[in-house]
Amino acid sequence: MIRGARANVPVAASAMAYGSVLGVLAAQKGLNWLDMMYMNSAVFAGAAQFVMVDMWSNHMPIFEMTLAVLVINLRYLLIGASLDPLFSGRGLLHKMGMMHLVADENWAVTMSEQRNGSATTWFLFGGGVFLYLAWSSGTLIGLLGGGFITRPEEYALDFAFTAVFTALAVGLWRGKSDILPWVVAGAAALLAHKFLPGKWYIVAGGLAGAVSAMLSPCETDEVEEVEDVPSY
Amino acid sequence: MFPAIEPQVLIAVGLAAGVTYSLRLGGLLLASRFPRSGRFRRGMDALPGALLFSLVLPSIVAEGVWGLMAAALTAIVVLRTRNTLAAMLCGMLVIFAVRKMGL
Repeated sequence: MIRGARANVPVAASAMAYGSVLGVLAAQKGLNWLDMMYMNSAVFAGAAQFVMVDMWSNHMPIFEMTLAVLVINLRYLLIGASLDPLFSGRGLLHKMGMMHLVADENWAVTMSEQRNGSATTWFLFGGGVFLYLAWSSGTLIGLLGGGFITRPEEYALDFAFTAVFTALAVGLWRGKSDILPWVVAGAAALLAHKFLPGKWYIVAGGLAGAVSAMLSPCETDEVEEVEDVPSY
Repeated sequence: MFPAIEPQVLIAVGLAAGVTYSLRLGGLLLASRFPRSGRFRRGMDALPGALLFSLVLPSIVAEGVWGLMAAALTAIVVLRTRNTLAAMLCGMLVIFAVRKMGL
């Protein structure tokens, strides 16, 4: 569990950076620290929280907000599914307890770690707890100290998310067998980003990539090159 | 002073939380009913990378040429140093410099 927390230091730093951006936006929308912490603890999903803060108003658009969160977080269905091998042999209660603190970040770090064969559900969970602390402090710093950073995008804080996930994506590259799914995923994501509203592009790209891997010929099935996986 | 949470906030955030948790747990529970070998397995194995790549590519492209440069630098740094934090900071530095200079 400690190992999982330690492995998540880089992603937690980035989560803190864009958490502070969210905090600044939330301050402008009039959220107090309790609203913020309630959302951090209950939802615990970066992109969805950004959209929720964006939709925040004196008359909460409850239905639209729920729907938006559903669409943005559809990818968690896939993320959850990809964790199945890690959870094999574990009971339902264990799964229920561990899954809440699964975010993009600790999931990605765990998938990298699993390439080395040393990931466990506690590794995932330790990362989640650490990430929760970093995310919460980032958002609160932004919310309460919003006056200091009035324009977070000037410091490229909004790019922290993209940068850290680019680095993580590189770590998930498995070699030649990934060329086809990644090209298909990228093309689908760009198309969906252009033509579909909201965050459909994540799910569209991910699914398209996975389907293309399913449909491709079997030759690369057994001999998967294990590329150097970055250590954290 | 201890602030209060409005009922409408309680409901809205609660629903968002319920939806999100259901997706997380639902994906995991559904997956154990799927086949563990063959084509389907191959698709699931390709999924994490494809999903992350789809997550970042549109935001990289949205930043234009410099976004691509920043992403390339991030990738190179992580491959060379295996240090995700350094890689992230390098990518951010490119964007920071570009915006500062108004390129």
